[in-house]
Amino acid sequence: MNSGFSILVIDDESQIRKLLEITLEANGYKLLFAVNAKEGITMAASHQPDLILLDLGLPDEDGQAVLKQLRDWFHNPIIILSVKSTEEEIVKALDNGANDYLTKPFRTQELLARIRTALRGKFNQTQEPVIAFGAITVDFVSRIIKVNGELLKLTATEYNLFTMLLKNDGRVLTHQYILKEIWGNSYADQTQYLRVFVAQLRKKIEEDPNRPKYILTESGVGYRFNSG
Amino acid sequence: MVTVKSQTHQYVICILSVVIVSLLGLTAREVIDYKIIGYLLLFLVSILAIFFEIKPVLLAAILSALALDFLFIKPYYTLHIDNAEDALLLLLFFIIALINAVLTYKIKRMQKSIHMKEARANTMKLYNTLLDSLSHELRTPIAAIIGSIDTLQQQNVQLSDDSKAHLFYEIEKASMKLNYQVENLLNMSRLESGYILPKSDWCDVKELAYNACNRLTEELRDHKWIVLAEEGLPLFKLDYGLMEQILYNLIYNASQYTPKGAKIQIEIKYDVDTDYEAHMDLIKKCVVIISDDGYGFPEAEIDRAFDKFYRLQSSKTGGTGLGLSIVKGFVEAQNGTITLHNAEGGGAVFVMVFDVDCLSTNTVANE
Repeated sequence: MNSGFSILVIDDESQIRKLLEITLEANGYKLLFAVNAKEGITMAASHQPDLILLDLGLPDEDGQAVLKQLRDWFHNPIIILSVKSTEEEIVKALDNGANDYLTKPFRTQELLARIRTALRGKFNQTQEPVIAFGAITVDFVSRIIKVNGELLKLTATEYNLFTMLLKNDGRVLTHQYILKEIWGNSYADQTQYLRVFVAQLRKKIEEDPNRPKYILTESGVGYRFNSG
Repeated sequence: MVTVKSQTHQYVICILSVVIVSLLGLTAREVIDYKIIGYLLLFLVSILAIFFEIKPVLLAAILSALALDFLFIKPYYTLHIDNAEDALLLLLFFIIALINAVLTYKIKRMQKSIHMKEARANTMKLYNTLLDSLSHELRTPIAAIIGSIDTLQQQNVQLSDDSKAHLFYEIEKASMKLNYQVENLLNMSRLESGYILPKSDWCDVKELAYNACNRLTEELRDHKWIVLAEEGLPLFKLDYGLMEQILYNLIYNASQYTPKGAKIQIEIKYDVDTDYEAHMDLIKKCVVIISDDGYGFPEAEIDRAFDKFYRLQSSKTGGTGLGLSIVKGFVEAQNGTITLHNAEGGGAVFVMVFDVDCLSTNTVANE
């Protein structure tokens, strides 16, 4: 099912490497391993993996610096696996180009879901005029969104926010990033807009706005779209 | 600890007070018997001994003996004493003053050591409670994990699929519990070290409440839960991460300490007495009430519920006694207050009040 996709794990903890090896290989991924930053960068360059799982606490170099270096030329998804879970650290990693992050300890199902989403990234560079997922259909040409076949009325801002999240399917977007993209640079700290418009959007597209399936909150960090 | 500076102060005060009493005595030398003056000086040394260190007091004792001899025992202005009676009096005066000073000093030192012992005993008690609850709270899940794995690995026993599934479930539950406790310990040390600096930002508190409940789906499986929020609830300026942990801990607690089928209610209000749209600037209160219809807290123990390492006397479920003290710490870090009382029909009611800025969602949406 996942055959062909290769994943590079950069982590110095042998226990975690073993766990990932067993879990991910059982799910059909090909695994590569590096135990420090230097080895990780070399292997990323020589093997061009489809995805990298990067630990931020590496013995030889700061994980954030490694992330920055990788992002200069590596364009496939990078997911952060880390025990450091402060919001600042996470936001910094996302700003440095990580697609997603998971805090140790994490659940395997969660990791698999994140990897699938990141690899899929199906709407990220979509050229398709119409896409469909779950009960939702989006027609980018005529700017029409339907839920269960019924036309959805969105304001211009709501539409922009929705399509922007959709085009970053699976990726965690920080508050600042979304605010700058939708409202402009001077709005970077005006989280109130985000809170209100996300709540409105959820009311319109989510089956149960209180248990959102599509627009997920990442505590103190931002939002993540999940097309399922 | 006595600093050098306060030591010097003590010397100065000792010398000055002896001089003052002597001068006062000098003005009344012809009227009052010199023995009375002796008693006065002795009295002064005793008073000084109560408050001061040994050395300044000894100085005062010597000075007052000299003053008594020099100024009040005839012949005046000489240290020479004519009759044996006066010499004996001076000697006795000096010895009593010394004994006074030394005895008082000894008593003070004894008190100090008793106090230190008490403080140490208290620390030990706290430490033991911590060790006690920690070893229980950490070892129980570890025991469950090790035990389950051993059984699963046993070669010579046939386990039914049901039993295997059950053992795996036990391992899962135990690991989650361990994780929760470690999280609490880390949070406690963050609080203790003063590392917590709230980052206030606009929060949708209703979303926060649902978020916490959704994260606790497993724990709330046998409970009914409900989030009540008024329509048009404004945004409040709070720290999202701290709020999430607060709600998580309180709801987790409620799920652990109430019987199956109990109802847990999270109610979010703003200042209800004010006409909200008209007086935006007047509303600065976010009120979050978490209540259940379980057994409630024993009245006698309510005051101690937020104490660190405090666990209910009747507590069977365990707990490190950290959950609620972390909640209190996080609430106070955001300038909020939290109180606990029992509902009339039974059940615990936690009321949190945050004096924070709020913002009408309508204003934002219409901008």
